[in-house]
Amino acid sequence: MILLPQLVQTTPLLRVSGLHKRYGAVVAVEDVALDLYPGETVGIVGESGSGKSTVLRLLNLEEPPDTGTYQLDIAGYVADNIFALDRLRRRELQLRHIGIVYQNPHHGLRMRVSSSGNVAERLIMAGERRFATLRSAARASLAVSEFPLERLDDLPARLSGGMQQRVQLAKAIALKPALLLLDEPTTGLDVSVQALVIDTLLRLRRERQIATLIVSHDLGVIRTLSDRVLVMRRGQVSSAGLTEPGARRPRNTRIHSN
Amino acid sequence: MKLKQLAHARQDYSYGFLDEFAKRELRRRMLKAIALPGYQVPYASRELPIARGWGTGGLQVTLSLAGPRDTIKVIDQGADDSVNAANLRRFIARMTGVETTDDTLRATIIQSRHRIPEERLREGQVLVLQVPDPEPLRHVQPDIAKARAMHADADYAQVWLGLYEQLVRFGRFMNGASYPVIVHNRYLMSPSPIPRWDTPDLHQAAHLTLLSAGREKRLYAVPPYTDVRPVEFEDVFFAVEDQRGRICMLSSARNKFMDELPQPDGSSRFRISDTGYVAKLLKPDQAERGATYYDDDGRFYIEGFIKNNTAV
Repeated sequence: MILLPQLVQTTPLLRVSGLHKRYGAVVAVEDVALDLYPGETVGIVGESGSGKSTVLRLLNLEEPPDTGTYQLDIAGYVADNIFALDRLRRRELQLRHIGIVYQNPHHGLRMRVSSSGNVAERLIMAGERRFATLRSAARASLAVSEFPLERLDDLPARLSGGMQQRVQLAKAIALKPALLLLDEPTTGLDVSVQALVIDTLLRLRRERQIATLIVSHDLGVIRTLSDRVLVMRRGQVSSAGLTEPGARRPRNTRIHSN
Repeated sequence: MKLKQLAHARQDYSYGFLDEFAKRELRRRMLKAIALPGYQVPYASRELPIARGWGTGGLQVTLSLAGPRDTIKVIDQGADDSVNAANLRRFIARMTGVETTDDTLRATIIQSRHRIPEERLREGQVLVLQVPDPEPLRHVQPDIAKARAMHADADYAQVWLGLYEQLVRFGRFMNGASYPVIVHNRYLMSPSPIPRWDTPDLHQAAHLTLLSAGREKRLYAVPPYTDVRPVEFEDVFFAVEDQRGRICMLSSARNKFMDELPQPDGSSRFRISDTGYVAKLLKPDQAERGATYYDDDGRFYIEGFIKNNTAV
């Protein structure tokens, strides 16, 4: 495996090792290790049930792993195993430093709150209590994710799938997180809408350089967006490598390219 | 000396209807509530000869506080003479032998549903508010266990998100009665369904306020001289109901909280909701009138506390 020289020299933003998670008899994640460098985008591919979404949920601290260490190179958290943080610090970290976009917008958005309100919520949680600031920050964040601003105050339930994903993205990046987690961000969207969302993600990657982890079973998405790719199979990382632009199907034929 | 001489005569009820154990429990809960301003303390709400939802929470607090030297005023939406208030007053008087009054200034304990009297309460007075729903987070978090975790973490972002939504959709705050407040910079509290007009009265008040929900089995308190701030943005402010242009049909007074009486011709007449205060205004003797929370021009007595002067 070859890594870019600049990446070798910097310390990774995220370092996970020995990650295990099982649900009863089902082993969901087994001994996964993962490094993510600042500004880098890493894709995780694998067939359904291979544990890739579970890894993302664990990294977003939605549930505890069975074992594993999780380190983030973020001021105030450098010496900690993130999994062992208490509830309040975990919430603080999740709020300020991790942004997530789910495949299903119902997981990431409040459907009865306006789109701008969904974005503003993150700022309110971070303690902002000025209405004018909330309004302009929500507008700015939605503009970055290329959301049509004339629909700023529409309920997400009235938006198209692509727009809902843009609201989720705006919400995720509202507080300028260090880590962005994307869980199948374009699955279920129309191909042309997919292309537009991917364009936005690419531009965001260029402008903001947030370290990003993308989970998808769509190799096309991973190929376009990520620098490196991990292949997961039955809860384990079966192979890892650089994404070559225009790479053909990998040798592991167990992957569905859909 | 015989045992009969030492024991008091047989009574049908304990003093104040509730048994001694119940009263002691309530008093201890009240002390806890006072020690943690705005925190909802659970208690074992007793059966009473009135139905839940008719002021049983307030009644239990009043019954366990009242002693023979107390003077009690009971109001319902500001009125001393409504059926609910009259029944509660008669029951309390029968069970404790206290004196009753309509005069806010003479009362030592004031039990109220949905109003705070217009005249300023003073040190030593106790205001008991009947609460239908003590949980201010009910609308944003229906799960009580999760709501309590939010209180524990002081995680009240959802409330401000609600305010944001109201401003975006309607251009103003839409909460009417029961406007949520932050007590002592810590707990979010529902001040019971008092109008917004009364909400500032709780801020740095000289009196003790006890709020009790009999059906929900929760009581909480605002001790004297405690900060009670309505939730608002730093640039969009809480406002009270606009009473300008309303003139009391009985006393011709202005800038007090008015009841609106629709007339057959489609117009409205207004009457001050606090009947005890109207009675005082109608007497020629002005000496009996106490200072009010709002002056005759509608200015609140703590200058600058209500920042929004364009009332809605």
